[in-house]
Amino acid sequence: MSRFKKKGGKDTPGISTASLPDIIFMLLFFFMVTTVMRETEMLVKINPTSAKEVQKLEKKSLVSFIYVGEPVRTKLGTNTRIQLNDAFATVKDIPEFIAQERAARDEVDRKFLTTSLKVDKETKMGIVTDIKQELRKVGAFKINYSVTEAKED
Amino acid sequence: MARKTPELDASSMADIAFLLLIFFLVTTTMEVTTGINRKLPPPPEKDVDIPDIKDRNIMNILISRTDRMLVNGKPGSLETLTDEVKAFMTPHYPDDPNYPETKLETIDLLGEVHKSKGIISLKNDRGTSYDMYIQVQDKLAIAFTELKNDFSQKKFGKNYKDLNEAQAKAVGKAIPVPVSEAEPENIGNN
Repeated sequence: MSRFKKKGGKDTPGISTASLPDIIFMLLFFFMVTTVMRETEMLVKINPTSAKEVQKLEKKSLVSFIYVGEPVRTKLGTNTRIQLNDAFATVKDIPEFIAQERAARDEVDRKFLTTSLKVDKETKMGIVTDIKQELRKVGAFKINYSVTEAKED
Repeated sequence: MARKTPELDASSMADIAFLLLIFFLVTTTMEVTTGINRKLPPPPEKDVDIPDIKDRNIMNILISRTDRMLVNGKPGSLETLTDEVKAFMTPHYPDDPNYPETKLETIDLLGEVHKSKGIISLKNDRGTSYDMYIQVQDKLAIAFTELKNDFSQKKFGKNYKDLNEAQAKAVGKAIPVPVSEAEPENIGNN
């Protein structure tokens, strides 16, 4: 009748989902950027200790990790073990590990290489001291005790 | 009139993006990236004389294998350690025999500064727990941060971390962090 009348009935138009992919993509990029793929599988249990005066660890590519704790698999006993990369190791393996880590970095970056010790809080200091002595011998003086930030109480 | 190109069906785009999103959500680990930075001393050279340091200039902290602490021969606790270290490291002038000696040093931006000659000697047993060791390190760090903050407030009216580079360097010179870790000893057989 009137020339402005629409062809269809009075159906409510569906909500446009055209921008949905864009929103999802935005989230996707956020997670892609913040994701850090775990490159090592943890063989030791680490329950980190906490402290108040902590600093952020910068330049993660220049950090090599040494894990110390009890083995995850209880079959392997409860003695504190050291994990380097993907395998158990002993204190004697540390110089070689540091040498490898150095070889993997650019020459300019080598002196900024930090060794981060991720140690379970129940660990005795003896083993940590041995690691530190070994690091001193090979000249890896920059270390970082990995701890979580304590909540203010 | 040009023929209309049929619109591309983009409704499945959201599903694809969702799949990817869920994958990254699952694999994401927000890892602990905080820690306490320390610099290890270089290995001791063979025949180097151990410097003679007066008793009053040293604060001995000993942590036993049962995680108990001795501060200058007296039992100490984590709660009071920060204050004790602060009191010990605050330069006292005129000379007070109960506290470390001071020396006068000229530092850029600050002029002449009384600098404490105190040294904190930290010694732990091989049986000390890592947790205790970190707690003690933390308390020492807090003490030195507070000392630096007090000093910065007095000189520049700002907290240490708000200072510019040159100022921070000057304050760092005036308040060194003389924590010496003794070579460990095996006191309790562990």
